[in-house]
Amino acid sequence: MLHDSRRVIVDIKGVAKHYGDGEARVDALRNLDLTVHAGEVVALLGPSGSGKTTLLNIIGCIIDPSKGQVSLDGEMVYDNRWLRGDLRRLRLDKVGFIFQAHNLLPFLNATDNVALVLQLAGKTAAEAQARAQELLEYLEVGHRARAMPALLSGGEAQRVAIARALANGPRIILADEPTAALDSKRAGIVMDLLRKLAAEQDACIIAVTHDEKILDRFDRLFHLRDGRLEDDEGERT
Amino acid sequence: MNLAFRDVRHNLFRFLLTCLGLGLLMTVVLAMMGIYNGLVADALNIVKAPQADLWVVEAGTQGPFAEASNIPGDTRDAVARLHGVAQAGSITYQTIEAPFEGGALRLYVIGYERGRLGGPQTIAQGRGLQASHFELVADAKTGLTPGDTLMLGRNRFTVVGLVRDTMNSGGDPAVFLTLADAQVLQTQLAPPAARVQAARGGSVNDGATVAAVIARLDPSVDAQSVAHTVRQWKHLSALTQAEQEDILIRSVVDKARKQIGLFLGILLTVSAVVIALIIYTMTMEKLKQIATLKLIGAPDRVIIGLIVQQSVALGVVGLTLGLALIMAVKDYFPRRVMLEPVNALALTGIILVVCVLASGLGVRAALKVDPATALGG
Ligand SMILES: Nc1ncnc2c1ncn2[C@@H]1O[C@H](COP(=O)(O)OP(=O)(O)OP(=O)(O)O)[C@@H](O)[C@H]1O
Ligand SMILES: [Mg+2]
Repeated sequence: MLHDSRRVIVDIKGVAKHYGDGEARVDALRNLDLTVHAGEVVALLGPSGSGKTTLLNIIGCIIDPSKGQVSLDGEMVYDNRWLRGDLRRLRLDKVGFIFQAHNLLPFLNATDNVALVLQLAGKTAAEAQARAQELLEYLEVGHRARAMPALLSGGEAQRVAIARALANGPRIILADEPTAALDSKRAGIVMDLLRKLAAEQDACIIAVTHDEKILDRFDRLFHLRDGRLEDDEGERT
Repeated sequence: MNLAFRDVRHNLFRFLLTCLGLGLLMTVVLAMMGIYNGLVADALNIVKAPQADLWVVEAGTQGPFAEASNIPGDTRDAVARLHGVAQAGSITYQTIEAPFEGGALRLYVIGYERGRLGGPQTIAQGRGLQASHFELVADAKTGLTPGDTLMLGRNRFTVVGLVRDTMNSGGDPAVFLTLADAQVLQTQLAPPAARVQAARGGSVNDGATVAAVIARLDPSVDAQSVAHTVRQWKHLSALTQAEQEDILIRSVVDKARKQIGLFLGILLTVSAVVIALIIYTMTMEKLKQIATLKLIGAPDRVIIGLIVQQSVALGVVGLTLGLALIMAVKDYFPRRVMLEPVNALALTGIILVVCVLASGLGVRAALKVDPATALGG
């Protein structure tokens, strides 16, 4: 499979990020390049504190890099043209997040958690409800559509969260340890699902993981060490 | 989909409990307003009750409600003869304690001449005074009922009728006696020395003084000009009804107004701080959810709406509970609690402003929160 022939979704050049200054300065990322194409499922690996979450947050437009360029689906993001509100809109349209803790809103039931992001993107209430229901069916949690998050099992909640991440057809799905809360069987199912989604929706998936057992489900592995990227043994099949 | 409403519904019990607490606070605020209104209304009631246009009082005094006023008993005849005076009546006021059923009743005794100005306006129960002695009409708040008898001075009086909402500015309920009975009572209850003086002082008629003479004027006559005439008489002064009401408000009610006003101010400040705290904590508890909302791309207006709507809902429900509660309990207060729509409206305005300002604090915190906190990694 030749990735370079496919569309580039995430393109990062010379990105660095440091927190604090002087004595307290922490260099989380140093001069980092990364390119991810449509349909790719990649893993970010590395010891604790190596900068994985920082990188994910920069791609998700949650924090600004100290220097370097980030382009998402053809849009240059960090060149001072963007306001906070615009970035949030960009996030709504192009980025889906899957958290380690599922982060569903506790006061909305499963369907409404998904419908909310659809409505925020401009769908009518009826359209949003129908599409949310469809997504939940697709992720095989349709039977729990009316349940409040507190009553869902870890796996169910995670699938609802994935449905929410997918709702607006994002080009980039970011996942911080998406399977940490799941047993290995469920983790495998979630990973298969993500692979299927990437293929069907022509989106790329970037996931931080510590989970050795699911590494074979990724197209590429990136190792972060001290804020630098070491591309692994290239691509897998 | 309304997030504020969904969140409230999800934590309904807690929300209602908070509303209840706020409601109780609002009840106290409203009670305070009502007590103040009642105080003013009661005080004015006693001045308005005789429906007079002119008050003739002792020279150099502010009238019977502000200080002791004593004028000769025959002043009424002189006043009645004045041009423009349609009716006149003598009236006395005194506060006494009378033994009743093992306790003591504090009473505001009003003596008036039957058939002239100054008597009770509307008898709520029973009848007005008919005999010239030893009958009385009492305010219902005394607890007396028609047929009861009680000792005033050395005589036993029978209650023949009841009136409502008649009391002095201290809250002592009124009883109406004939002027003659009231004057006798005055002598009987006066300190012994004064009594001896009065006994030495001359004939029975001369010794009997009254507190004021009230007059109703012909509609065409200017009260000020009649008052001017009276003021030229020795030892007498005159106040128009408006002046009398004004003096009462200033001398008697003003202190209460300051007292209650200050208390009300403190209460409102406390309420504002409590509301601000509640709303701020409500937002603080939701910071992670707000971060999640930002992360999934919700614009600021959705987040601000969530906070402001909830705080306004809190204020409105709390206020409604407070209003319902005060309406339910207001008749159990010893003094009249009188609420006007304008009070409720003013409080609504204040609470809404406080809620919106308080949510400003929450909104500030919410807008500052970093969406990354939702990732928690
Ligand atoms: N907000 C911050 N302020 C200061 N330093 C930070 C901040 N966030 C992260 N860091 C530091 O930056 C470095 C990289 O952190 P990051 O969270 O990206 O690591 P990570 O690879 O996700 O680690 P883990 O596997 O433990 O989640 C760490 O040394 C961390 O202490
Ligand atoms: Mg991390």
